[in-house]
Amino acid sequence: MESLGEIKSRIEAAVFGAKIEIMQNGSPSQQHSLLIDNEHAVAVARFLRVDPALYLDFCSNVTGVDWLDRVVKKTTKVKKIVDGQEKEVVETSEEKIPGYLEAVYHLYSITHKHGPVIIRMRTSDRADGTHLPSLTPVWRSAEFQEREIFDLYGIRFGGHPDLRRILMWDEFENYPMRKDYHEPDDYEWEPTPHDDVMEKAKVHYPPRPEMDGAEKITSQP
Amino acid sequence: MSQIDEQLRTELQRQGVWVTSMQDLYNWGRKNSIWPLQFGLACCAIEMIATAASRYDIARFGGEIFRPSPRQADLMIVAGTVTKKMAPQIVRLYNQMADPKYVIAMGACAISGGPFKQGYNVLKGIDRYIPVDVYIPGCPPRPEALLHAFMELQRKIDEQKLTGANKAEFLKPDQPSEFPVPRFGKHDLEPSANRDVFQPPTIERQS
Repeated sequence: MESLGEIKSRIEAAVFGAKIEIMQNGSPSQQHSLLIDNEHAVAVARFLRVDPALYLDFCSNVTGVDWLDRVVKKTTKVKKIVDGQEKEVVETSEEKIPGYLEAVYHLYSITHKHGPVIIRMRTSDRADGTHLPSLTPVWRSAEFQEREIFDLYGIRFGGHPDLRRILMWDEFENYPMRKDYHEPDDYEWEPTPHDDVMEKAKVHYPPRPEMDGAEKITSQP
Repeated sequence: MSQIDEQLRTELQRQGVWVTSMQDLYNWGRKNSIWPLQFGLACCAIEMIATAASRYDIARFGGEIFRPSPRQADLMIVAGTVTKKMAPQIVRLYNQMADPKYVIAMGACAISGGPFKQGYNVLKGIDRYIPVDVYIPGCPPRPEALLHAFMELQRKIDEQKLTGANKAEFLKPDQPSEFPVPRFGKHDLEPSANRDVFQPPTIERQS
């Protein structure tokens, strides 16, 4: 199979205006992926599917990723004039990257026995802009997996034939696989509580001022 | 008849006269013909199927007739993880069973949520909504454990009284035989437990 760089240039030649970015994966797996822009995603996907050399006719896996807001620190060496002398000063700058959600597709070719080619799409934010085009019209096998992403991450896939929750019930309002999800407090008791569960379970336990100190008890069960 | 002298009974048996009570006869029949409800939820169901098959053979205890309808079943074996999406259906099936009815909670998930206890989508024990007669720990319990639970249930049925003040619960008209079905809420099942059935144990913490 051709390299990701070659695939990228061929996509850009075939789909007018498509913006493709290669996302490097620094882990030992070295599975780099293509970040495709939402506007041309369906056209790019269709190209990957029908192109005779690639012919990625099998979408094996679709999954979601939640990226929270994060701060990236950069250190740069700048030459400055301090006290009339030129010196190298290390400056640190902070860049705040707002969070977003991603949908990741793993594509294989049954015909050519190659793959995976990994493509991603990225939402604009984590709140209102969680819209992505659905690739179900291109790969039918993505239907339930996109529903699952909608259920657990809250990405709305435009053009999906039947976008409903698939694992949780319809009345459910949260997106449990998001990193800022808090599960409902329904542990009344734990036989051996520790760490986070201990903190959660303490609310349900009777207070014991003689051991914990009366000032630390805030809520009564 | 239960007041009959034990010595007299053995003496009569020695003479070829067999005496029993209506209660013993009734319970003897009931305990040896328990029809379980045929459903499984997760990997424990595989062990339940093994128990019903020839090697472990639950038919030796009269429990081989798995019924596909709750109307014909006496025993609900909750075999596996009860997810929150499944819990209302389990309670509804229990409500549709005719009295007298019994519940075996099979495996760690059915008794407490098991390895999934800290998840958002698993019910932390079926005893939050329906009364459970026998609990079997294990992940999954072996077929012998299910047979043991079955024999425990038989012992429990055998000890039930038909008359008097401490007669069996299902004979008391004021005792509920149906329990409220939880609703799907925005964040969790509502209510998260039936307080009439489920009381969390009090734990003595040591520091």
